[in-house]
Amino acid sequence: MTTQERPLSPHLQIYRPQWTSVLSISHRLTGILLSVGLVGVVVWLVALASGPNTYEAVQALYSHPVLTIVWVAWTFALFYHLSNGVRHLFWDAGYLLDLKGAFASGMAVVCVAIVLTAISWGVWL
Amino acid sequence: MAEFRLPKNSRIQKGRHFPAPSGATRVKTFQVYRWSPDDGENPRVDRYEIDLDDCGPMVLDAMIKIKNEVDPTLTFRRSCREGICGSCAFNIDGVNTLACITAIDEIKGDVKLYPLPHMPVIKDLVPDLTHFYAQYASIKPWIRTQSTPSPDKERLQSHEDRAKIDGLYECILCACCSTSCPSYWWNGDRYLGPAILLQAYRWLVDSRDEATGERLDDLEDPFKLYRCHTIMNCARTCPKGLNPAKAIAEIKQMMLARRSL
Repeated sequence: MTTQERPLSPHLQIYRPQWTSVLSISHRLTGILLSVGLVGVVVWLVALASGPNTYEAVQALYSHPVLTIVWVAWTFALFYHLSNGVRHLFWDAGYLLDLKGAFASGMAVVCVAIVLTAISWGVWL
Repeated sequence: MAEFRLPKNSRIQKGRHFPAPSGATRVKTFQVYRWSPDDGENPRVDRYEIDLDDCGPMVLDAMIKIKNEVDPTLTFRRSCREGICGSCAFNIDGVNTLACITAIDEIKGDVKLYPLPHMPVIKDLVPDLTHFYAQYASIKPWIRTQSTPSPDKERLQSHEDRAKIDGLYECILCACCSTSCPSYWWNGDRYLGPAILLQAYRWLVDSRDEATGERLDDLEDPFKLYRCHTIMNCARTCPKGLNPAKAIAEIKQMMLARRSL
């Protein structure tokens, strides 16, 4: 006999974030960020195609410090999403499915994404 | 669909406080989720202060102490107290596990006790597992055969074939893994979840079972199997150290191998 509708027990609110689950949700979030940022890339390409004056204007806008930070984040999202996608391919092939493998490969993915982002922004120069 | 906020009737209110007995030196606070179907109130979190010098070492010991000595209305399932029955599965300190094999000393700060996440609550720490058990029944968890058994012998299995179900048969169906899985939270109505899929795999690789094809047919579904995104909360939380994520990946591989034939 139910005298009252049963409540739903708390879930996201109380579950402790795990290294693997944080990386998993990050994969999805970076995917969304990539789609949104693609609009900016298209604007940049269109400007490139419409001649030097438009390109100069867009380039000046994109070089604003705030937008530069956004683009660095977008590049990181790109490399993270890419390398984590490769990690998913390993999983699909049956590798790295133990906890140790999942943790270590997650760490590797983050490191690779940081290094590739740094290289593509010319940090070594 | 993913619904991140708790429904109105499920939001947690401030609860009552039960202070430690005077003279207690080693005090630990237990924050416990409470809900009664009888008073029309929302769930709340009660705080019980327990003297650890006068209490057993495990979280379950403290819970039984609270029920016996402090507040007899506290409701929870427990049975074997040695990690084999799977009854005392709760969310303890943010992770699902069995209260009987979790030492109080392992937990820093207050001990937070909630029912298994994203489940309908019957009372306090008792979730309704009806749907979970129905999903288990849906995979037909028994040996299915077509061949006639020999009248004077069991169906035999080689040592190698027997070894294939190691890491699978140990599952006690405590539901810790399924209720730790965000995919199961959002799509538990149709996604079978880690525990049930581990069991599905247990019967798929059993050399004595003769219904592998039918079993794979039944799992070939966008929701039943393919909602697993390798989040790995299941393997992280399993109190028996099993790895449902790996079992699910192996079912996916069996699907592929079958299709490419």
